[in-house]
Amino acid sequence: MSRIEVLKTYKIYIGGSFPRTESGRYYPLIANKKTVANMCLSSVKDFRNAVVAARGAQGGWSHKTAYNRCQILYRIAEVLEGRKAQFVEELELQGSTKAKAQQEVDLSIDRLIYYAGWCDKYTQLYSTVNPVSGSFFNFSVPEPTGVVSVFAPQKSGLLGLVTQIASIIAGGNTCVVLAAEQLALCAVTFAEVLATSDVPGGVVNILTGNQTELLTQFAAHKDVNAILYCGKDAEMIAKIQDLAIENLKRVVIREDGDYFDEKHESPYLIFDFQETKTTWHPIEVIAGAGAGY
Amino acid sequence: MKQIDFSNSPRIDQVGIEDRIARITARSIKKESKMQGLLMALNMIDLTTLEGADTEEKVKQLCFKAHHLHDDIPGLPTTAAVCVYPNFVKLAVNELKGTGVKVAAVATAFPSGQSSAEIKLLDTKMAVDNGADEVDMVISRGKFHSGDYNFVFDEIAMIKEACGKNVRLKVILETGEIGTLDKVRQASDIAMYAGADFIKTSTGKIKPAATLPVTLVMLEAIRDYYYKTGIMIGMKPAGGISTSKLALQYLLMVKETLGGKWLTNEYFRFGASSLANDVLLQIAKQQSGIYQSNDYFSKV
Amino acid sequence: MKKTHKIDFSSDWNLAPAPESTTHFKLKDTYDLFINGKFVAPKSGKYFDTINPANEKVLAKVAEANEADIDSAVKAARKAYDTVWSKLSGKERGKYIYRIARIIQERAREFAVVETLNGGKAIRESRDVDVPLAAAHFFYYAGWADKLEYAFPNRKPKALGVAGQIIPWNFPLLMAAWKIAPALAAGNTVVIKSSETTPLTAYLLAEVIQEAGLPAGVVNIVSGAGLTGSFIVNHPDVDKIAFTGSTAVGKIIMKAIAGTPKKSTMELGGKAANIIFEDAALDQAVEGIVNGIFFNQGHVCCAGSRLYVQESVFDVVVQKLKDRMNSLNVGDPLDKNTDIGAINSKKQLETIAKYIEIGKNEGAEMYQPSCDLPSKGFWCRPTIFTKVSQSNRIAQEEIFGPVLAIQTFRTVDEVIEKANNTPYGLSAGVWTDKGSKIFNMTSQMRAGVVWANTFNKFDPASPFGGYKESGFGREGGVHGLEAYLKFE
Repeated sequence: MSRIEVLKTYKIYIGGSFPRTESGRYYPLIANKKTVANMCLSSVKDFRNAVVAARGAQGGWSHKTAYNRCQILYRIAEVLEGRKAQFVEELELQGSTKAKAQQEVDLSIDRLIYYAGWCDKYTQLYSTVNPVSGSFFNFSVPEPTGVVSVFAPQKSGLLGLVTQIASIIAGGNTCVVLAAEQLALCAVTFAEVLATSDVPGGVVNILTGNQTELLTQFAAHKDVNAILYCGKDAEMIAKIQDLAIENLKRVVIREDGDYFDEKHESPYLIFDFQETKTTWHPIEVIAGAGAGY
Repeated sequence: MKQIDFSNSPRIDQVGIEDRIARITARSIKKESKMQGLLMALNMIDLTTLEGADTEEKVKQLCFKAHHLHDDIPGLPTTAAVCVYPNFVKLAVNELKGTGVKVAAVATAFPSGQSSAEIKLLDTKMAVDNGADEVDMVISRGKFHSGDYNFVFDEIAMIKEACGKNVRLKVILETGEIGTLDKVRQASDIAMYAGADFIKTSTGKIKPAATLPVTLVMLEAIRDYYYKTGIMIGMKPAGGISTSKLALQYLLMVKETLGGKWLTNEYFRFGASSLANDVLLQIAKQQSGIYQSNDYFSKV
Repeated sequence: MKKTHKIDFSSDWNLAPAPESTTHFKLKDTYDLFINGKFVAPKSGKYFDTINPANEKVLAKVAEANEADIDSAVKAARKAYDTVWSKLSGKERGKYIYRIARIIQERAREFAVVETLNGGKAIRESRDVDVPLAAAHFFYYAGWADKLEYAFPNRKPKALGVAGQIIPWNFPLLMAAWKIAPALAAGNTVVIKSSETTPLTAYLLAEVIQEAGLPAGVVNIVSGAGLTGSFIVNHPDVDKIAFTGSTAVGKIIMKAIAGTPKKSTMELGGKAANIIFEDAALDQAVEGIVNGIFFNQGHVCCAGSRLYVQESVFDVVVQKLKDRMNSLNVGDPLDKNTDIGAINSKKQLETIAKYIEIGKNEGAEMYQPSCDLPSKGFWCRPTIFTKVSQSNRIAQEEIFGPVLAIQTFRTVDEVIEKANNTPYGLSAGVWTDKGSKIFNMTSQMRAGVVWANTFNKFDPASPFGGYKESGFGREGGVHGLEAYLKFE
């Protein structure tokens, strides 16, 4: 008799651990008209817990040296490279062809490396020393916006997800991500990669579930500083924009399309989640000539 | 006496202090220097119990441990002192008679220091009258923060007077409540000029307690005071030092900052309760070559 | 000066020797040139001995490249550039460079020990500074390989071609990293020559490059003295010369390439002013003085070799400095507790000794802590001179050793004038608790790097390089890429 396979339980990822949803609910992930897995149908309480974890991790993550963040993102890529086969298998389970699946995983790895490289570079390109009139040293630097809630692309379960997460955490933010509802397998497995890649718990939190159900809290939660929505649903967008006003949450809308395109590799994706801070500091003018920059 | 302006204490650069600490912790203390250091550390411990739940029995056990650290290993020193609340001083003095282990008592409304001068004096007198060799007082952090440095100075001077010449006064700054290294330096200067025999980091009740950076700042204050007066002030980091490795790093920092003369329990102490056993574990490991288990060393 | 009480640093408790283990790797007897992806015997047929300056024992024989060897190296680099490297996407180039960074991290301890054996520097420094910084440099520039368009918008950056690089003996691996990493990231191929006294870690790096699977010829590593360097400089198919070394040699190289299309960057000598104001955190400033002049035995082009102390704190600063010097351990570089290792070579020791004599003869007052020195090898106690004036030679010329010349000053104007009164302009240090004074000083210093309340800090993200006769061009940061690119 052939061996009975052990099936994987797909859980959610909050604060570095893998709980089931507190609600105890599930939804079927269906591919080729068959149920592939029972996914956690996350509740607003799961989201609330995830935001607490993300907030708790934000200070530590943004204060790590840029070089250290760079190495951690690179480490994610390394670990993902070692687990390629599992991702390819899951993408195929969800309906992708093998060739396409392999491409998607390869590019996901390279994209992580692309954003790893930016961690210790974007501030150098986009900071300024401002030539103000007067004896002041005046400079502006980008700083992370904070905690970001993310509705991941629905059509790109791995590459789309990786692109959003990488560009957000490269800039020192932390995030709570709702994975693509029907392409969620890789999201949970990617959480396992994150959990074994020196990424501190809480920097990335991944939920599975339904956008409509979680929309209000994703957009309104007052301890969330920005929201990213990947999609075109005008009604959703309007609602997000409206709810976000409450605490002037930054709203970023991205497409839910072809994440193979190189345009998804850009430092400006990092900048979507940065604030600018300007500092004034006096320059003593004692030694004859006027000092200045 | 010339008036000293304590609002003008030397500045401390925190990043520079961390750099210096990194060089100290990178040192490798091995073999015979490790063994020698461990024995020295044992002999510098103020074995401490300062709990609401302390009983006479507990204090008795502590006193016994202070001069019977681990009888399986011959030739071990005693600890420097035991440190208890004033109401246990008489008992401790009795228990430790003839052992050479000193008795230190916390006083002045330890640990908060929130009380009147009268009560603080009474607290101190009780310890002294009962035979304490040393008094560990706390400074009034509230007054310090509100800038009333003279109050803090006068209070220390008053307690030192109550101690008299023969009872040594350790002044606890409670650095975990002081905030910055600049302020630690300032409080150290106030304490020394007011008559402290020792300056001490912490009560052990507030986190962070002793750290290497804070202790370095205090050691440098002691050094500057010595440059000027020739008087050797002692140093006692307390709380948070529970491993041998860390204890050795403290000792090395003392050696590199103040020289060998400070490396006796006359001028350096560890306020600690769990350090002794870790040091014993390491000594046993050095002697036997085998890593040890806590199961074989008595708790207090 | 008021009488002060002296601290006695003698003690019964002393650190036992703690030598770093050398058993986890084995040096080869002979190191051949690394050309076109392979270790090849030199056409010159010549090998020279490389020694451990701490005991004068021979570590290995190393190939000396002659003109024909350099020609093969340049040809290999050109071919690799034309056929592979220039055709590769930035992304893939980057991944190769990341691999180099990772393998250096994996082999870090071996690199540190060999660097210390061959150069005499304390293992604490090679382990905590040289090797991690070298890895970080590759890591940093790896990320630039596919982002050059963002670094130079609207300028269409393109690689130069073959870069010839010549590095000094004071930071052999780190300088190799500073040179190779940006060159590769920008898309160039490389011929690099290590110094004749410290060639070994460059060849370990060659092994790493092999292990990383870099296409043959992308990096070629050779060794030899000045003559070998001149073959690189004068080779007609080299597009760029990057040199780190003395100002005198830098000038010779520039003469040689004048009138050719070769681009160049020069990182040359220095005589940095380290300025202590009375309101500085003095104990930390003293630590900065020590790091400034005794780091790497003072074999540092940006060493803080001229100390200016405000007169009101001169006595206390000097006393604290002397006390600190008493806790510096001089000796076996492999010992983890050593602060000051061996002088790199006999020749350099002679230079330093000559300057110490000059200092004494010029009437300056010398202080050295008493410490035993090993009988074999090249050693120099940490040395400070007080009663120095601006016109003393020890205050003007680069000594490149653990020798500090101390002067006093009274006003900001005065110290700025004195600090800038030198043909060099590599670095400077300022110590004060007052921010506005720092920015005044940094804006007035004619130097490429100014450290405020710290000294001798390096980071791959931070550009480094000189003003005036300390050279031109920057290494590190986005600025460091420019040296290896051309623009439309």
